[in-house]
Amino acid sequence: MQQELILSGSPHIKSTQSTTRIMLDVIIALIPACIAAVYFFGTGCLMTIALCIGSAVGCEAAVQFFTKKEVTISDLSAVVTGLLLALNLPANVPWYLPVCGSAFAIIIVKQCFGGLGHNFMNPALAARCFLLISWPVAMTTFIAPHAGVDAVASATPLGILKEGGDAVPGLWDMFTGNIGGSMGETSVIALLIGGAYLLIRRVISWRIPCAYLGTVALITLLTGQPGMILFELFAGGLMLGAFFMATDYVSSPSSPKAQLVFGIGCGVITMVVRLWGGYPEGVSFSILFMNLLTPLLDKVLRPKVFGEVKKVNE
Amino acid sequence: MDKQVMKGVFLNGVFNENPTFRLVLGMCPTIAVTTSAINAVGMGAAVIFVLTCSNMLISLLRNFIPDKVRIPCYVVVIAMFVTVVQMVLQAFIPSLYESLGLFLPLIVVNCIILARAESFAAKNSVLPSMMDGIGIGVGFTAALTMIAAVRELLGNGSLFGISVFGADYPPALMFILAPGGFLVLGLLLALINKIVLQREKAKEKEPKEKTARAEEVHE
Repeated sequence: MQQELILSGSPHIKSTQSTTRIMLDVIIALIPACIAAVYFFGTGCLMTIALCIGSAVGCEAAVQFFTKKEVTISDLSAVVTGLLLALNLPANVPWYLPVCGSAFAIIIVKQCFGGLGHNFMNPALAARCFLLISWPVAMTTFIAPHAGVDAVASATPLGILKEGGDAVPGLWDMFTGNIGGSMGETSVIALLIGGAYLLIRRVISWRIPCAYLGTVALITLLTGQPGMILFELFAGGLMLGAFFMATDYVSSPSSPKAQLVFGIGCGVITMVVRLWGGYPEGVSFSILFMNLLTPLLDKVLRPKVFGEVKKVNE
Repeated sequence: MDKQVMKGVFLNGVFNENPTFRLVLGMCPTIAVTTSAINAVGMGAAVIFVLTCSNMLISLLRNFIPDKVRIPCYVVVIAMFVTVVQMVLQAFIPSLYESLGLFLPLIVVNCIILARAESFAAKNSVLPSMMDGIGIGVGFTAALTMIAAVRELLGNGSLFGISVFGADYPPALMFILAPGGFLVLGLLLALINKIVLQREKAKEKEPKEKTARAEEVHE
């Protein structure tokens, strides 16, 4: 295996963080969103979450066992992938969606490219897009909150905005999560709590989420809808994407400048899809697209080495 | 030309120089028409016909075609046979003609056919050239059918139009769309590369293993 060279200049900082600890922090940060999902969409969510995590961990163990590699499921990275995928699914999906999605995320996106640290895009998001393209009906049939067993189909706020129909829900409902949508993306407050935890624990830096959310707000303002800023920020998968998906260590840039550009790029693409695209929501596409640019961004915008002088044109 | 050489030329086209899996040529029709196994076989048959005929004619004309204008000459020859295929399909199998659509006339610029004209037919006599056309064509057809079978099975739950998994199977639509095509192609390529590598390793190891075994006996 080719050794990857680290691009950062000295001094290098050591820390006590380990992969397992970081993954555990991400899981803790996602717990409020899980609680909100169960509260609004019922206990069926737990089944989907368990299926996603179970098949993700199972696939990871199976691939590593059969390729005769060290089985590393105890680093919890597969659990995080499964959990993130689950939170990106509607609450009442048939059983094969979590299973196929987790298998795609782990086997194709992660292990085929070399396992943890080598996947070129976020496995959970790639799996979400795979499911969205493969089973579009099941992936876009959202149930209304508190619908109980007799699930009532409900459109997402962005879907309503794009295709018309019912009245757009109020901002308070969107803030708490009392709207239709994927399990883990509706409750903004829960995601903000989780995001704040990650920021305080310094698991993620502020640059990508802030650049991302700021760009979305700015574009909403510039397109002449200042009243819609909060709506655009609260709607769809933006909060989940900005705090938990776009900040994935492996598939997002590591240099500070590149992180800002990464966040801005995500924001621009998201808003382009939302305003003029065929899909109501563009968060997953935007993050996946910027994932592909990550190596380039890291290379072009690498930090200056201490003492480096700009070349003077002769 | 003796039989052994002919057989070698044919097998070379199917396996060692399989256009899809070993040379990775003609990717455009490979992704585009492998949405169903029937399309893949139809496309393959059309390519076998065009490739065999064009190889034959180009091989016959190889001493008359001036070097500087050889590519245009090849294209004219190929276009002629493609036109024949197109008219025949339109007249007798209109459904296949419809589903192959644009990719039927595009056989003219299929790089597999140009590549075989340039690298084989222009340097060899008529019979081996035809055999090469058949071999490469069969290899192409087999590869397309393999890809298409996987894609149709997963993306539509059927094989050659016959339902396999029953009506309850929820098809994974991605596999009959372009991304699924790339995915299946990539995975099959990886699988075949692995098999080829293992066989090469086994070949290299064979004599070594024998000596190793002999040593074990000594111990």
